[in-house]
Amino acid sequence: MYDQPPALNAPVLEVRNLTIEFPTHGERFRAVDDVSLALRPGETHCVVGESGSGKSVTARAILQIVDKPGEICGGEILFRRRATQAHFPDPIDLLRYRANSGAMRDIRGKDIAMIFQEPMTSLSPVHRIGDQVGEALRLHEGLTRRQARLRSIELLNQVGIRDPDRAVDQFPFEFSGGMRQRAMIAMALSCNPSVLIADEPTTALDVTIQLEILELIKTLQASHRMAVMFITHDMGVVSHIADKITVMRNGRVLETGEASDTLRDPQHPYTQELIQKAQELDRPSDLRLDMRGRRSLGPPIITTRDVGKAFVTSRTFLGQPREVSVALKGASIHLKEGENLGIVGESGSGKTTLARCIQRVYELSSGTVDYVGRDGASVDLAPLSETELRPIWREIRTVFQDPHSSLNPRMTVGEIIAEPLRNDPNGPTGPALRDRVIELLDLVELPATAAARYPHSFSGGQRQRIAIARAIGPNPRVILADEPTSALDVALRTTVLNLLLRLQEQLGLSFIFVSHDIAVIRYFCDRIAVMKDGMIVETGDTETVCASPQHPYTQLLLSAVLRV
Amino acid sequence: MANASTDDPTLAPGAPADAQDLATASQWRLMWLSFRKHRLAVFGGVVVLILYFIAAFAEFIAPFDPHKFNSRSVYHPPQMLRFVDVGEDGGWAIRPHVRAMKLVRDPETLAANYEPDPETKIYVRFFGKGDPYELWGLFPMERHLIAPVNAGDRFFLLGADRLGRDVLSRTIAGTRLSMSIGLVGVALSLVIGLILGGVSGYFGGRIDALIQRVIEVMIALPTIPLWMGLSAAMPADWSVVTRYFAITVILSLVGWTELARVVRGRFLSLRTEDFVVAARLDGTSQTRVIFRHIMPSIFSHIITAVSLAIPAMILAETALSFLGLGLLPPAISWGALLFEAQNIRSIVAGPWLFAPGILVLIAVLAFNFLGDGLRDAADPYATVER
Repeated sequence: MYDQPPALNAPVLEVRNLTIEFPTHGERFRAVDDVSLALRPGETHCVVGESGSGKSVTARAILQIVDKPGEICGGEILFRRRATQAHFPDPIDLLRYRANSGAMRDIRGKDIAMIFQEPMTSLSPVHRIGDQVGEALRLHEGLTRRQARLRSIELLNQVGIRDPDRAVDQFPFEFSGGMRQRAMIAMALSCNPSVLIADEPTTALDVTIQLEILELIKTLQASHRMAVMFITHDMGVVSHIADKITVMRNGRVLETGEASDTLRDPQHPYTQELIQKAQELDRPSDLRLDMRGRRSLGPPIITTRDVGKAFVTSRTFLGQPREVSVALKGASIHLKEGENLGIVGESGSGKTTLARCIQRVYELSSGTVDYVGRDGASVDLAPLSETELRPIWREIRTVFQDPHSSLNPRMTVGEIIAEPLRNDPNGPTGPALRDRVIELLDLVELPATAAARYPHSFSGGQRQRIAIARAIGPNPRVILADEPTSALDVALRTTVLNLLLRLQEQLGLSFIFVSHDIAVIRYFCDRIAVMKDGMIVETGDTETVCASPQHPYTQLLLSAVLRV
Repeated sequence: MANASTDDPTLAPGAPADAQDLATASQWRLMWLSFRKHRLAVFGGVVVLILYFIAAFAEFIAPFDPHKFNSRSVYHPPQMLRFVDVGEDGGWAIRPHVRAMKLVRDPETLAANYEPDPETKIYVRFFGKGDPYELWGLFPMERHLIAPVNAGDRFFLLGADRLGRDVLSRTIAGTRLSMSIGLVGVALSLVIGLILGGVSGYFGGRIDALIQRVIEVMIALPTIPLWMGLSAAMPADWSVVTRYFAITVILSLVGWTELARVVRGRFLSLRTEDFVVAARLDGTSQTRVIFRHIMPSIFSHIITAVSLAIPAMILAETALSFLGLGLLPPAISWGALLFEAQNIRSIVAGPWLFAPGILVLIAVLAFNFLGDGLRDAADPYATVER
C-alpha cells in the first residue's frame, strides 16, 4: 500500500497491534493489548478511558518512554518523518530504534512532542522559561543562544502569554498553572513537530483555564497542521475538540470512529455508559428531586456570619505575624435541615477554607458559626475549644477529597470505621461495635469481609465508600463533603453521589458540598454559593443560578462547562 | 448500575489466596515482602546477625583467653587451619590441625623470626576443652568452638600481638564491645531524639524553634575536640564498665540530633495529612492521635534511621579508642585493638594486627546495606498503590 500515491489524508503516525506488558510478582500484566490507532495531519484524535485503561502507556510507547518495568512486547509504530503533501516518505518503525539511541532522541521533541498533565513537575524549577523553551531549538536546530531567545519570545507570544519579553526571563514558579501549561505547549511547538501528544493537559487546571488551553491547542493545530493525540478521561473535553475518538478499557481498544458519529451513536456498551454518565451530571438528580417532593426542608441548622480567615505566612523573629494571606473575606451562608448546599469556586477561591472554618478545624479570624443542635439550642462554634468541639464533630462530619490520603494505611478498614464510634463515650463497645461496623459497611454497599482488610487493597471508589462509612458512623446531621468525587473516574461519580443521596434519605442528612465542578453541584445540590477570591459572589437556588446567572463570574464558570 | 464492590476480584469468594493474603497484610508484612527483594540488604542483614551472634557468644567462639599472654609467641604470624592430615606413610585422614612454627633468633641481629617446624603438628578439634571462662559472667565453661587437642598447645589463626596474645580471640572479644556500643548508644540517642523530635514536630511554634536551635548548635560543635574534652574529664581510675557507659553517653549526646530531625520531619508532614485531621475530627484524643495514628507511620522510618546510625556509632567508638580517648586496655574493642597497630614497628612486625579494622569495614558496610534496603522498604504503601 505504500506504493500508492500519497493520499491527502494518510496517517502520519500509525500504531499497529501494540502490546506492552509489566512483569509483577512472577506474572505479566498486560497494560496495552493489541492496540491500533492512526493519527492524521490536522486531526485531533482523542483517546478516552478511565485510569488504568492503558491510554497513557500507549502514548509513552510512541516516544519509547514507558516507565519501568514495562516492556513493549509486540507491534509496530509507523511514522512518516517530515511528511508534507508534496513529499510523502515511506514510514519507519519507531520500535526498531533503541529507546536511548540518537535517532530516537532526534525524533522526540523535533518530530513528536508531548505535553503532560502536571506542568509544574514537567518544567525545571531552576531554569528560566526562555532557556527551557529554547533548549530544543539549540539542540535540534543548532540555533545560537540569541536566536533561540528571539524564537522563544515569538513562541510565547504565539501561545498567548502576555508580555513575552519579560516572561522569557521568568522562572516557572512565577507562572500560574495555566501559564505553565502554555509554556509547556510553547516548548512542544518549538521545533514544529508533526505530531503532538497531549496527556490530560487540562486535568489539573481550573475549568475556565481549561477552556482557554483547549482553544489554544485547537488554533495551533489548525495553523501548524499537526496531528494531535489527546488523552483524556473527560467526555466533555472530548466532545469539545475531538475529530476522532478511540475508547480504551483494560488495555484494549473498544471502539474507534469519527467523533460526531461516536458521540451521537456509540456502539460499545462501555462508550454508551461513559457518555450517559457524563450527561447524567449537569442536570438535577431525579433521586434528589423525588426526595424533596416527599419531604420539605427544615429550619436552618448552620448559619455563618462574616466568617473571615487569614493565614500567617511569615513571622518576625519574636513570633509576631509579619505577613498574612487572607483566604476568606467574610462569608455568610446558611444550611437548612435536609438541604444540600453546594459551594463552587476555582482553586484559591477559599471554598475549602470556608468548609474547614465551619467545622472549626481552623480557628476563625472573624465572624460566627451558629449551629442549632438536636435540642434546638443554638451555639456559636467560633470560640469553642477542641474538647468542647468533640461532641459537635460527631454531628458534623467530613468526607475528604482524596480517599488515598484520608484513610490511615496502617489500620484495617474495620478499625478506621470504628474510630469515631470508640471515641464516643456513649458509643457501642465490644460485639455491638463490631456489628455496627458491619452495618455501616452494608450501608455503603461493601461486604462485611472488608473490615479485616487494609485500605491498600481497595480501589479509589471503594475507599471513598469506606470514608463515607466512617463519616456516617456516629449518626451525624451534617456532612461536609470536600470534592468527594473529583479523585474518582467519571463513571464512578454519579454512583457515589447517588449513594450519598440514598444515605441522605435513610439517615436524614444535610450536606455542604464543596466542588470546582458546577456540573456535579447541579446534580447534587439544592442551593449553590459561588465563591471567588474569598468572597461569595452569588447564592441562590441551583437551577435558578444555572439558568440565569447574575454575576459575571458565575456566567464565566457556566460557559466553561463542556457539555457532551 | 455497576456495584463498585464487585469490580475488585479480591473481594470475590473465589479470589486467589495470594491476593487475599496481600489484602489483609499488615505494614510489617508488606515491608518484609519488599525488603526481601533487596538482595544486598538481605545479605547485609545476615552478616549483621552473624556479627551479633559472635558478639553474644564471644568467649565460646574465641579459641583462647584474649588476655593470656606468652613471651614465646610475640608477633607470631598467622597459621593456616588444615583439615586433611597426610601421615608419614602417605595415608591421609581428616584431622584438623595447624603446622607449628618455631622461634629462631638471627645470630647477628638477634631479631626474632618464626620458621615452619615440619616435625610438629598441632591438632585441633571442634567443641574441645580449652581455657576456662565464664559465659556472660554466669556459667563457668571450658568448651570452645575450636580448641587444641593437647591442652597446653597454642595456635594463632590470625597471628599474635606484641605480648603474644591471640589476635583472633581478641578480635572476637572486641566484637562484643564494639557492636553493643552501637546498639546501646543508638538506643540512648533514640530516646532523646524521639522525645525532642516528636515534641518539636507535633507542637511546633516556639518549642520547635528552640529545639531546632539547640540541634543546630549540637551539630555545629566540632566532634573530635568535644570527645577529647569529655574523655579528658573522665577520671582515670574509672573501671572498664563505667568508662564504657561514659563513652556511650558521650557518643549518643552527639548522635541524637540526626534522629530528632528525622522524627520531627515525619511529624510535621504527618500532622497535616488528611488521615490525621480525620482522626482529630473522629474525636480522637491527642495522645491517641500521636500513638495510634502517627507513631506507626513513623516507626518504619525510625528503624531505618537506627540501622544507619549504628555504623556511625561503631565508627565513632573505633575512632575514639584509636586515638586513645575511648576504651583503654584491658578493655577489648576493635578501636582499642587498632590502637596497638598505630606505630611503624607493629605494622612491620605484624600486619595482621589490622584484622579488627577489616571487621569494622565489614560491620559498617553490612549495616549500610541493611539500612538502604530498609529505607526502600520503609513505606510499603508507596509501591503497592502503583
